[in-house]
Amino acid sequence: MSGDFESVALVDVSRHFGRRRAVSHVSMTARAGEIVGLLGPNGAGKSTLLNLLATLAAPTSGSIRFGDRESRGSMPALRRRIGLLAHELHLYPELTARQNLAFFAQLYGIDGTARVNSALEDAGLAERADEEVAGFSRGMRQRIALERALLHDPRLVLLDEPFTGLDDRAGTRISERLRRLAAAGAIVILATHDLDLAAGLVSRIVVIRDGRVASDEPATAELRARYRSVIGTRT
Amino acid sequence: MRRIFTPLTIVVAIMFACSPILIAGAPYESTMGLIQKIFYYHVPSWFAMFTGVFTCGIASIVYLFRGRPDADRVAASAAEIAVVFGLIGLVTGPMWARKAWGVWWQWDAKLTMALLVEMIFVGYLLVRKYGGPGSDKLAAAVAIFGMANVPFVYESVNIWRTVHPKTSVVPELARTAPGMAGPFWFCVLAFMLLFALLLTARIDLERRRAALDALYLAEED
Amino acid sequence: MFARVAWLVLRKDIAIEVRSREILYTTLFFAVSCVLVFSFSFVREGRAVPDAAAGILWIAIAFAGTLALGRTFERERYGETLRALLLAPAPRPAIYVGKLLGIVALLGVAELLLVPLIAVLFQAELFDRPLLLIALLSTGTLGFASVGTLFAAMLVRARTRDVLLPILLYPITVPVMIAGVRGTSALLATPPDEPSAIMWIAMLACFDVVFVTLALWTFEPLMIE
Repeated sequence: MSGDFESVALVDVSRHFGRRRAVSHVSMTARAGEIVGLLGPNGAGKSTLLNLLATLAAPTSGSIRFGDRESRGSMPALRRRIGLLAHELHLYPELTARQNLAFFAQLYGIDGTARVNSALEDAGLAERADEEVAGFSRGMRQRIALERALLHDPRLVLLDEPFTGLDDRAGTRISERLRRLAAAGAIVILATHDLDLAAGLVSRIVVIRDGRVASDEPATAELRARYRSVIGTRT
Repeated sequence: MRRIFTPLTIVVAIMFACSPILIAGAPYESTMGLIQKIFYYHVPSWFAMFTGVFTCGIASIVYLFRGRPDADRVAASAAEIAVVFGLIGLVTGPMWARKAWGVWWQWDAKLTMALLVEMIFVGYLLVRKYGGPGSDKLAAAVAIFGMANVPFVYESVNIWRTVHPKTSVVPELARTAPGMAGPFWFCVLAFMLLFALLLTARIDLERRRAALDALYLAEED
Repeated sequence: MFARVAWLVLRKDIAIEVRSREILYTTLFFAVSCVLVFSFSFVREGRAVPDAAAGILWIAIAFAGTLALGRTFERERYGETLRALLLAPAPRPAIYVGKLLGIVALLGVAELLLVPLIAVLFQAELFDRPLLLIALLSTGTLGFASVGTLFAAMLVRARTRDVLLPILLYPITVPVMIAGVRGTSALLATPPDEPSAIMWIAMLACFDVVFVTLALWTFEPLMIE
């Protein structure tokens, strides 16, 4: 059974630990071709939402639907269609860029070196493929990590602060890449602080505050002003 | 649950009040004299402790695989009560051994096994308290592994100790005089009812704590 | 698929270890220093207290194993790579098996060093029945590692993971310790007590089956946040 799906939906999802509420009654839907920006202050619950969407965490109540199927228990076929670029990057510092990509490629059942080589090209790090990742700058590691997340052509692309520590050129490269992905039919959901980069990129914004959806609307050119008015200037 | 609380308390209180009378009336065991009578509280404590251990283990399985919060409450409560009854057993055991054989501790198979299981469940409580968020699932794993471990601990300690035979602190019940059976089973019943009473009360406390958390969460809605 | 993923995880860990050899060297050195420290307690006038050799061997394995477990999972915590492994479309218990085999391999190397060392230091004739000794060491190490790998994995996100791992692991692996030490003592007796040793090996094998099964069963629910 293929795990593919055209949309992903959070239906009244809550996740809390005792009295600490990470996410509360969140409902949102994202469809193929959309780039959704999850915006919100630190600790608002954006990372938790991405974890829930990646099936790494389970909601305390509510459900998550992939297409018309509810995610339930262990679903390896579903995970094949999900790619996550987390803030921590998920790279082994002791291994080289090539080894990191090769390991994850094989884990996803992609044999041969062609895919790994093209990923290294896309990251612009083909000349440094055989150096240990520990020696890379944050920006370079981010590029490798992005390629790692996209190795298996996922349908659902989740990104947690993908622009952190990147210079302007790298940020633009990533934005371009994400636009191409969405155009090819991926569902892209990214959590970010960088309102300027988000402004040109996302088609919809979902503003999260205190674990709740404060606003869910199509993105406009006046992203920063809109964000400020929803969140307020107090942080 | 709350409705049986008061009648159960009364029944348990009466049974414990009667137990010294029954114990005094029971025949003396031939070699150990008066101190042997501690066994009427010592052994039922173990019964209660292991009931707690298995309750915790099974509730933990339900919690880990079905995620039901009431199972978690049962597990947490059962663990605490098991530790308490275990402590009673571990204190009365050496008291008995000291008077009967002159030494506080001689690595008796059953006492050693009970000590190990007690430690596993103290570990459970430590994980719940200090493990940080998500520690309820970690503790559930400890309880499941602890429960599965009981036969292995028993067998290995047993074999280890029979290589160096020493008098067992707990004589086999078959050797006891018929007059001892009555008070013994009375005390077992009393302790099991006490266990049920404490478990009920503790689960109720957990339920109220969860309700309070839910109120906090709802307040912010 | 399952075996393939476990093998990939194991191979990746070996690849990382081969580069720095950090965990290998530190674990080996720690095991040796354990043995030396205990020697000072148990050797009097140049001769060891009887049965000390067996006890010290297994204590060194337990302590070194706990350290190695902590370090192995600390590596997966660094880039949150454990999450990436869980995200893969692989059956999640396969990750457990890969990690388990890695720890068993590491402890196996440590034992290759410890057994001759203890044989020399305590004049213990550990090589009289080599096959039985190997069976005892492998079933015992697997038993210890099976519980240890699961606990270390589940504690990765806990706050007090460093102290909680030994607190939880040691009581639960006491049957392994008892069986290992008594089995080794049986092999060290003159003449070697083979029936006892075989009985302990059988118990360890049962322990292994039960606890590896339990670990495979509980790994996924424990790893989901």
